[in-house]
Amino acid sequence: MTLHIDIPEETFGSILAKAFRNRSFLIGFAITVLVVAMALVSYVWTPYDVTKLVISDKTLAPSSAHWFGTDHFGRDILSMIMVGARNSIAVALVAVGIGMGVGVPLGTFAAARGGFVDEALMRLNDLVFAFPALLSAIMITAIFGPGAINAIIAIGIFNIPVFARVARAGALAIWPREFILAARAAGKSKTQISIQHVLPNIATLLLVQGTIQFALGILAEAGLSYVGLGAQPPMPSWGRMLFDAQTRMVVAPWMAIFPGMAIVITVLGLNLLGDGIADILDPKSRRQR
Amino acid sequence: MSLLEIENLSLAIGGTPILKEVELSVAPGEVMGLVGESGSGKSMTALTIMQLLPHAARASGRVSFDGIDILAATEDQMCALRGDDIGMVFQEPMTALNPVKTIGEQIAEGIRWHTKASRAEAEDRARKMLDRVGLPEAKFPLSRYPHELSGGQRQRVVIAIACALKPKLLIADEPTTALDVVLQAQILDLLRGLVSENRMGLLLISHDLAVVTEMADRITILRHGEVMEAGDTARTLSEQLNPYTRQLALASMHVPARAKAHATGQGKPLLEVEGVTRDYSGRRTSLFQRPTPIRAVDDVSLSLAPGQSVALVGRSGCGKSTLARMILALDKSTSGTIRFRGETITGRSEAELKPARRDMQVVFQDPYGSFDPRQKVEKLVAEPLHVLEKKPTPAERREMVAHTLHEVGLGVSDMDKYPHEFSGGQRQRLSIARAIITRPKLVVADEPVSALDVSIRAQILDLFAELNQRLGIAYLFITHDLTVARAITDEVLVMHDGRIVERGKTSDVLDHPQSEAAKALVAAAPDLHRAIARRMQEQG
Amino acid sequence: MTAYLLKRLAIAIATLILASMVVFAVLEILPGDPARLMLGLNASAEQVELLRNQMGLNAPLVLRYLHWVGGLLSLDFGRSYTYSVPVIDLVRERMAVSLPLALIALALSTIIAIPVGLYSASRRGRAGDTIAMGAAQLGVAVPNFWFALMLIYLFAVWLRLVPAGGFPGWGAGVWPALKSLLLPAVALALPQAAILARVARSALIEVLNEDYIRTARAKGLPYRAVLWRHALRNAMIPVLTILGLQFAFLLAGTIIIENVFYLPGLGRLVFQAITQRDLVVVESIVMLLVVAVIAVNLVVDVSYAIVDPRLRGRQ
Repeated sequence: MTLHIDIPEETFGSILAKAFRNRSFLIGFAITVLVVAMALVSYVWTPYDVTKLVISDKTLAPSSAHWFGTDHFGRDILSMIMVGARNSIAVALVAVGIGMGVGVPLGTFAAARGGFVDEALMRLNDLVFAFPALLSAIMITAIFGPGAINAIIAIGIFNIPVFARVARAGALAIWPREFILAARAAGKSKTQISIQHVLPNIATLLLVQGTIQFALGILAEAGLSYVGLGAQPPMPSWGRMLFDAQTRMVVAPWMAIFPGMAIVITVLGLNLLGDGIADILDPKSRRQR
Repeated sequence: MSLLEIENLSLAIGGTPILKEVELSVAPGEVMGLVGESGSGKSMTALTIMQLLPHAARASGRVSFDGIDILAATEDQMCALRGDDIGMVFQEPMTALNPVKTIGEQIAEGIRWHTKASRAEAEDRARKMLDRVGLPEAKFPLSRYPHELSGGQRQRVVIAIACALKPKLLIADEPTTALDVVLQAQILDLLRGLVSENRMGLLLISHDLAVVTEMADRITILRHGEVMEAGDTARTLSEQLNPYTRQLALASMHVPARAKAHATGQGKPLLEVEGVTRDYSGRRTSLFQRPTPIRAVDDVSLSLAPGQSVALVGRSGCGKSTLARMILALDKSTSGTIRFRGETITGRSEAELKPARRDMQVVFQDPYGSFDPRQKVEKLVAEPLHVLEKKPTPAERREMVAHTLHEVGLGVSDMDKYPHEFSGGQRQRLSIARAIITRPKLVVADEPVSALDVSIRAQILDLFAELNQRLGIAYLFITHDLTVARAITDEVLVMHDGRIVERGKTSDVLDHPQSEAAKALVAAAPDLHRAIARRMQEQG
Repeated sequence: MTAYLLKRLAIAIATLILASMVVFAVLEILPGDPARLMLGLNASAEQVELLRNQMGLNAPLVLRYLHWVGGLLSLDFGRSYTYSVPVIDLVRERMAVSLPLALIALALSTIIAIPVGLYSASRRGRAGDTIAMGAAQLGVAVPNFWFALMLIYLFAVWLRLVPAGGFPGWGAGVWPALKSLLLPAVALALPQAAILARVARSALIEVLNEDYIRTARAKGLPYRAVLWRHALRNAMIPVLTILGLQFAFLLAGTIIIENVFYLPGLGRLVFQAITQRDLVVVESIVMLLVVAVIAVNLVVDVSYAIVDPRLRGRQ
């Protein structure tokens, strides 16, 4: 399928002005900042110490002392959500980094070279896509053992073809442009053109995909932790908290409700942020409003 | 009584005024030409009549068609009018047809909708209509899909859709702008025929004064949403009472002042092309056969002297752009040799090509697509400096860019702007600045003025002519527009189906074409002088 | 048409072969000797060696690969170490849960998403669109297993309308079996429906901006007729792509959802097999899922050709 890219022609100032008028962007940005801030604050302060087990306080319902209640070990759910945010963000962010770091050069290279290289790369992509990502992530973590690092690798590997595909499609839409021909007539090599002309013009596309993959990474990490293959206790993680909550739904539903909401709100924020960025930078989608 | 009567029409889209108090009328069987440069509001006038405006548009005034008040009509009333009493033909034939429906379905659809005819009846009428627009059954059955047709054929299908129910009014919005001159002449002929057969009124919208003059009984000249002048075609254009009308007419016929051609034929040729052929792999027709290659350029030879200005003319798809790309070493030839300044450039690596690239630059057609929107003018114009042996320092580079911008009529302050801050004409100046910054010996220009409005076009042609005189740059102009060729070239090469079929002095070839291809091009080329003269005779 | 389909088929087969090599290779390098695992820690080295020979584990790599592929092709997947039954029997039994679950979820997601997408696109920017897309935005963000927990809490624990988990088997009657698949299917489907609705809406909006839509309106067709006759078919292409991807996702999604609802399906089986290092089961199921994904992609490719005549090519 061919991709059409409208290259917005605007200055930084006008983009910023538009960002302040875009509802999706503002809400998404606010939520993302809030979640990141929460994770950072957890390094210096949490309402309660999450490493201390207070069995006497187990499965307390939400109250003014424990806003979101406590879990079966008497740990404060709010504090655990704050600390768990670190894990979610770190895993998803590094996984996006892996995907972008490997996928984008691969995709742009394939688009620049074309022919056999391109075909081979796309078949390799097909291969990775043939494995349901979650199943493969489970296999990878099962082989190398559970843990946050292996979760990062597993999610990261499946980000690679996604970014390769997006970068390639974007680059293929840029290459036939006349300004690329002009650059070639000026004696620039394919690598130089890729770096100087192609990458800056597909940056928006990659940024938007980045936020999407970030959000998907948080969901995937939660899934892996939920089945016990992500971050290991005592390190709190949102997915693990949900696993612990599952058997206690009847006595302590808050154990499930609040960590889940944390995931939903974070993912929602990232998706809104991505939508907002796409809206602001892509004149085509703006026309649709 | 008029068929279409527009009075005092004003239009604003999202608060931006587009049309101001426009007056226009079309009588039954009359051809009204609506002329204007880009942004004059001519397309919006058409969409107002059809009531297909964007949601944010607000119109005021009066538009009446056949006694119906269009601006007050309900959507149901409009649906009854559209396609039945008013047909419309659009500019871009490549995207105007639904790719997943056959042409038969698309023509029959309107017929069935309005006449409640049975499928068979509608298809029968669609068939007759296709025959009428020049797509006979043998080659163009109803079951064809749009992607199986060329641009000109698709435009015929769009015309068939618009005229299927013999509307009282046909609106044609730049119906031939996307086509080459020969196709343009054919499509205009077809429209003329359909209009007179059915006594349709035709509102012909175009930026091309010559086209409108050939077609229209009366013309209306629009500028920035306001009517400048309106009246009988012959009288309006011969008297040219309005200064804007005069400006448009002059620009359409503009020939830059050039001292006579450089002495040619002496010394070594700058560029020699010998027996160059370019094949593209064709579409596979069956699984077991090798696809037959498509020959875009077929055994072409030519040479160009230093300082000479040569036009390469031909219809779209004749291979002229492919040839240009091979000369620029942007595309590889299948066989043959290209020599530049005596050195062979075919089959060379990018590194070996550097010295040649220094002396050979390019100007493209689209002033919008030929600049990276993310870079500033200084960087864009300086891009070819990359091939210089000795890289200039940043200060030198800035100095060179400033100097070059001055040469093309732009200012030093333009250096720190982005391309979108310039108009189309200014961008083409930037394009030329980028092409001459390395002081090349040859500039290849691929349709460099065909995307520009006539008044801007005249200025850019002047600039090309001036640089040719002052810097002694040789030009290879790729164009389908004979006026451009006539304006600034010494020699013409006529290309047809991948071959060069005629060459000679520009005036000789254009006045006395020998080959069939050249004759067709000359005959089809709209010419304002000729058109006015003919109108004068007809309208007295 | 045939050229296009043959090319897609060739790509599918090549991908399949590569995928089988990957699965085989990954399980080869997995730590742990299957023979040792089967016999337990007390077995002597000779016993292990004997079993390795019996199982063909000492044969050259290529031979073992070919033997394995040959087995797969003749539906002989080998025997499970932990269950001591042929893997094919296990798979058949578990498939009776997973396949209906995935199909119900896919159908549910499509049935919900397409009308919502259509509605939103045709009422773009109005209140209905804003509400529907707000809901979709929320739906995309919900992890399906958490959604499943909430559904259990609401419908099983609180309202007691459906069982909270477990599967009575098809032998217990179609309705009880379907009833126990209902919540899992909804949990799987809704987040996917949210994604699909967004894609359908934006595909449709994009198509509605095309020139040929204006041509159709200039014929006098009302907006609604243009939407149905011209826009919908063109908008199907991106929707089909996402549907194909979603099938793969749903298959994998069953792994987690089956664990939430204690459903004896393929997902739960593969998960248990991984933790118990029952490699024959793991590789069989992974291959099965890969085959399913590739087959679905092939179906999507074929439907592209049906929808879009440009792919059919014709002379």
